[in-house]
Amino acid sequence: MLRNAIIVGFALCLLASGARGDITVEITKGGVARTPVAVVPFGWTGQPADLPVDIAEVIAADLQRSGRFAPIPEENMLQKPTTGAELDFDDWSFVKAEAVVVGRVVQTGDNAYDVSFQLFDVFRREQLVGYRIPASRGTMRIVAHRAADMIYEKLTGIKGVFATKVAFVTAERDADGQTYRLVVADQDGANETVILQSRDPIMSPAWSPDSRRLAYVSFENDRSSVWVQTLRTGNRIEVSDKPGINGAPSFSPDGRQLALTLGGIDGNLDIHVLDLSTRQTRRLTTHRAIDTEGSWSPDGRYIYFTSDRSGGPQVYRVPASGGTPERVTFEGGYNARPRMSPDGKRLAMVHLDRGNYRIAVMDVRSKELLIVSAGQQDESPSFAPNSDTLIYATRQARNGVLETVTADGLIRQRVSSGQGDVREPVWSPFPRY
Amino acid sequence: MLNLKLAVTTFLLALLIGCASNEVPDPDPTDSTYDAVGSSTDTDVYGNDPLGAGQAIGDDYTAGELTNIIYFDFDSSEVRADFTDVVARHALILANDATIRVRLEGHADERGSREYNIGLGERRAQSVRRMLMIQGASAAQIATVSFGEERPVALGSDEDSWAENRRVEIKYTN
Repeated sequence: MLRNAIIVGFALCLLASGARGDITVEITKGGVARTPVAVVPFGWTGQPADLPVDIAEVIAADLQRSGRFAPIPEENMLQKPTTGAELDFDDWSFVKAEAVVVGRVVQTGDNAYDVSFQLFDVFRREQLVGYRIPASRGTMRIVAHRAADMIYEKLTGIKGVFATKVAFVTAERDADGQTYRLVVADQDGANETVILQSRDPIMSPAWSPDSRRLAYVSFENDRSSVWVQTLRTGNRIEVSDKPGINGAPSFSPDGRQLALTLGGIDGNLDIHVLDLSTRQTRRLTTHRAIDTEGSWSPDGRYIYFTSDRSGGPQVYRVPASGGTPERVTFEGGYNARPRMSPDGKRLAMVHLDRGNYRIAVMDVRSKELLIVSAGQQDESPSFAPNSDTLIYATRQARNGVLETVTADGLIRQRVSSGQGDVREPVWSPFPRY
Repeated sequence: MLNLKLAVTTFLLALLIGCASNEVPDPDPTDSTYDAVGSSTDTDVYGNDPLGAGQAIGDDYTAGELTNIIYFDFDSSEVRADFTDVVARHALILANDATIRVRLEGHADERGSREYNIGLGERRAQSVRRMLMIQGASAAQIATVSFGEERPVALGSDEDSWAENRRVEIKYTN
């Protein structure tokens, strides 16, 4: 019975992120010019040690990690203003900064702070954006990410995803088998939280559209079942435990339905849709072949899925209301696990490229396929909510590690966790404040 | 269009069954038709004569230690010729005692997409299940589960490890 022990964590059970080994990011490929920017250390009137979070450091790290910016080191700064009024644009032109961020933190209560920041265009000598956001010690890090999101959007025109989260599964081997963990972390790797731990495999995490719940597959008791867990409370509900395979959950855009794979006693995997309130399932595909890995189009009209009805796995789509499946991919002999970008313009998948399983992104309109990863066994692509970047798992020696890549394939970076074999990353939707 | 497709499929299936029927006098489990025919039709063809299937395999039918692991070729769910004896011996155990239960655990190697690999593992487990049932085991005795690539026995990323991981484990559960 011990081996079936399941440990459910919830938001309060935060593991000290340092203790588990932070996810660190290194850039493996940078194909675009990086804009030099300066994020000046934020003003703070209290003792330096009392500042809960170094806001400037978080913002600079976010911008650095995007691959599009090169933050100027603090020692190169000729001045360290904390308000726009103190700014000397000549000093910043001299060090070739194209944009400058200044700001300050003011304590307004026992656990209440005001974080203000302003972004300036050095060339035009004007403010691009300025904000004051209230924060507590617990929220200050996420406030820094929100500031970075606003700065990033102003400078690039692309919505920032620094305040989003990533869920993934880790497996760690010991003498008796493996420990599987379902982990949620900030997208920069901070605040790593184990929300489920089991001696049996955990698979296929999927975010609800409001980012409050995760659906996943658990093999507790030596059979597969699909669960939905609320992150804040740790409360988990088994939503599918039919005979045979229960797998590959994916929330509908309205959060009311779950696409999943059911195999039945004879093991014929087909795509079904489960209504989460009535618990009724509707069968969408009936082919004898493997039909699995269903995922909704952002408009909710289609479910894209993997099927090997033509021999090898290819991507198909079927109207979510029912109908005849149509084949979507034709290039190559292996295309699986389709995930559509939130803007509906691109489809990411696992693609066999001359012996290597890689992440490919297909332009939905032109059907053009672009290979964006460079590993041998890359898997589980998932789009960031801004549709600009994907996260996926690749191999480093024997362990899985995470990488992100821009959808144009130009900026690729490693996100490595210190703990075991990391797999199946899924990027959260935008947070709702 | 769909009806036409169905008609053609039915016709082809009938043709296949026809072929298989002609080969009944030689119920060699290594014969390729053994795996190639659809599941329900298999039962009709061989199910009537489970002993025949047993006898045809040879003298070493019950000899040697009985393994519980069936290995598979790359991208295949067909039980290999060198494992048909093993499956037949397990089938005999099940056929002789209806109270015995097994769980068939299907596995895939690590390559490719995880949920698709769950499908491949299940396909292998089902292939063994069909073979057991053809030879006298009943559906009630057999449960299947697929772990896909989630529970490898060999940890390398090479041909040998992959071959070890493409397997069905027959586990007696009572």
